[in-house]
Amino acid sequence: MTLPQTVEEHLTDEAMQADVLPLRRHVLDLDDYTPEELQATLSSAQGMAEVLGRDIKKVPALRGKVIVTLFYEASTRTRVSFEEAGKVLSADVINMSSSGSSADKGESLLNTGLTLQAMGVDTLVVRHPHSGAPNFLARNLDRVSVVNAGDGLHAHPTQALLDLYTVQSRLGRIEGLKVVIVGDVLHSRVARSAIWGFAKMGAQVVLSGPRTLMPLDFLKEDEQDDPAGLASRVEVDTDLDRAVEGAEVVMALRLQSERQSGGFLPSIREYIRRWQVNDARLAKAKPDVLVMHPGPMNEGIEISSGLAHGTRSAIEEQVTAGVAIRMAVLYQLNAGGSE
Amino acid sequence: MSESLHRPILIRRARLIDPGRQVDSVGDILLADGRISSCGPVIDVAPEGSVVIDGSGLVASPGFIDLHAHLREPGYEYKETIETGSQAAARGGFTTICCMPNTDPPIDSEAVVEFVLRRARDSGMVRVLPVGCVSRGRKGKELADLEELHNSGAVAFSDDGDPIQDANLMRMALAYSADLGLPVSNHCQDLHLSGEGVMAEGAVATRLGLPGIPPAAEDAMIARDIALAQSTGGRLHVAHISTAGSVPLVRRAKELGLRVTAEVCPHHLTITDEWAMGSQGTGLGRAEWAYDTSTKVYPPLRQRSDAETLVAALADGTIDCIATDHAPHDIASKQVTYQDAAFGISVLETALGSSLQPVHDSRISLATLVERLTAGPARVLGQHYATLATLATGTEADITLFDPDLKWTVDSAEFASKGKNTPLDGTRLRGRTIATISAGRIVYQSPQLIVQEADAAV
Repeated sequence: MTLPQTVEEHLTDEAMQADVLPLRRHVLDLDDYTPEELQATLSSAQGMAEVLGRDIKKVPALRGKVIVTLFYEASTRTRVSFEEAGKVLSADVINMSSSGSSADKGESLLNTGLTLQAMGVDTLVVRHPHSGAPNFLARNLDRVSVVNAGDGLHAHPTQALLDLYTVQSRLGRIEGLKVVIVGDVLHSRVARSAIWGFAKMGAQVVLSGPRTLMPLDFLKEDEQDDPAGLASRVEVDTDLDRAVEGAEVVMALRLQSERQSGGFLPSIREYIRRWQVNDARLAKAKPDVLVMHPGPMNEGIEISSGLAHGTRSAIEEQVTAGVAIRMAVLYQLNAGGSE
Repeated sequence: MSESLHRPILIRRARLIDPGRQVDSVGDILLADGRISSCGPVIDVAPEGSVVIDGSGLVASPGFIDLHAHLREPGYEYKETIETGSQAAARGGFTTICCMPNTDPPIDSEAVVEFVLRRARDSGMVRVLPVGCVSRGRKGKELADLEELHNSGAVAFSDDGDPIQDANLMRMALAYSADLGLPVSNHCQDLHLSGEGVMAEGAVATRLGLPGIPPAAEDAMIARDIALAQSTGGRLHVAHISTAGSVPLVRRAKELGLRVTAEVCPHHLTITDEWAMGSQGTGLGRAEWAYDTSTKVYPPLRQRSDAETLVAALADGTIDCIATDHAPHDIASKQVTYQDAAFGISVLETALGSSLQPVHDSRISLATLVERLTAGPARVLGQHYATLATLATGTEADITLFDPDLKWTVDSAEFASKGKNTPLDGTRLRGRTIATISAGRIVYQSPQLIVQEADAAV
């Protein structure tokens, strides 16, 4: 029998980023990250990607740790990638969804959280339709780390991290890039977290889409006080052709079909005509512009099929990056902590 | 204290502020048999057996009147009862509170009005005046029996909690009640515009990803109601005004001589939507402290410019009075996600300390503020209630004694109200009730009250 090997023998220095990754209790959004911590996380993910490239994708870094994914909303890629990330790091991963659990019997979010904490869970990965649900759990649970896997319209920090990772891998940098986010910004947690991430790392963030799907405070022309610190990090240009001029990255957001019935749009047809991201639209962007989408895509609506599957698309790499990023995040929360 | 209930009370050397009579001077007040027997002149010898209170450094004013409180009884006694709400009122310096009819059953019949009045009498703290429903069952479909409600003791009509969406029903309510002389109060919120909103539309809502309520949801309905008041001659009282945009609408209505009044809540004068980000508005807090559900209230906490406009409108008289919209909730209703949390703040016991903040900031005078807590709301209730807001000799002795400068820390655990839901928990306020006298009886006294026996005081 071989002796248990230490974590260090399995993970590269890069993955551990021991000197750089700061202590962190929760990952709720990217608004409380410094640019240095963002970069350290991306570098750590790069080391994690190396593990994922091995024949035997398993390291004992989080052996003995218990991770629960608690999803109150449907998800494929986020949930599976968190599960895979935890398992590659040898954590025990338990999946819970609201249907079939006590939540179905009316158990409150708080009591569900307290119950899981009492069972000794180390990390709770939460997706919830209400903005701030992970913050609420983080506030009320004192022995569990909370990772936000998407909450309402608020944030999806690991998605933004994997977007940053993908852009840095493909283009070699983030600082100074022009990143255009197109579509339903108003209802997009992906957009909010991406704004924090890209802006903090020095990119220029431009938003484009219908005015009805843009937060009003982003549209105000006059320099006003910005108590929340988000509006001042973005520019808005509703004319997509102008917005993409010189862009290095264009990210299309998912357009929910209920936006039309909700009165936000005259018709999907008109949306396609004005804001679909397609080859013709990108004429004035940089020739090697990177095209991204958080998924799941409505091909032919917010993005053309040709572009989604073409050479300029980074959409598949985004998915691959998701596992490495979530490994880095779970590792930071669980393996750090030597105070 | 019980033996002192029927004894005369002499308050010495207090700053007497009686806005209805333009009194603002230091003097004594003597209360006997539940009435004010002398106000102003120094009384050298306290009557035998009287309780003598040292009023130096304190303000003595008519008891505060709150036009807008939710006492939750009948139906929601786990949130508040008429008794606990009355105790909270007394601690806050209120001697008269108007209770809103969104109870279960709602206050839409003589039987429920009488129930409320009986419970208030039994608790024996402060005067409770019921507000009757505008519509039967508060369903917004057909008028309640407004005259029956009036005759049994209702002082105003409101479907508060739910806005009257149907413009024609609002028109009928204003027209029908015009000869009863009672104001119709509307919770102005266009539900199509407010939608799923849970906080004020703006930069903070955008950052937190919470659905916003545009200010137009309030402004548009106030504009509608003013037009209806104009065409019917009815008395409109605009509940809890919260937007900068609504102020010129009310001001214009008053210039036109319409019978329109308005109230504002202490929280809309003093705190903003930034408090929802945590750390009580002192800048961005730790992420865990964001989504503080105690900041969830309707109308929502708005932006600084709104609060500033409202303070100015309160000072210039466009807004007639301060009302608390005291909305106590049980803990479970607030210990949920922001979107699931109930709307409302427990206000009665912090109202004075909050409302004094613009006084300390020199944006409104102390005498004016007292007017907005006493004679202002009495004016909204009508001539019949003018005696509730005066220190005039011979009137019933409803008096609030407060220290405008006493600094204290809010601790909701000490509230008499069952509702501990306040964003002010742990904050410092300046100004606090020292004693509340209702119908000549001390119904609340703080530890700071200095009471001397008559003999020792000579």
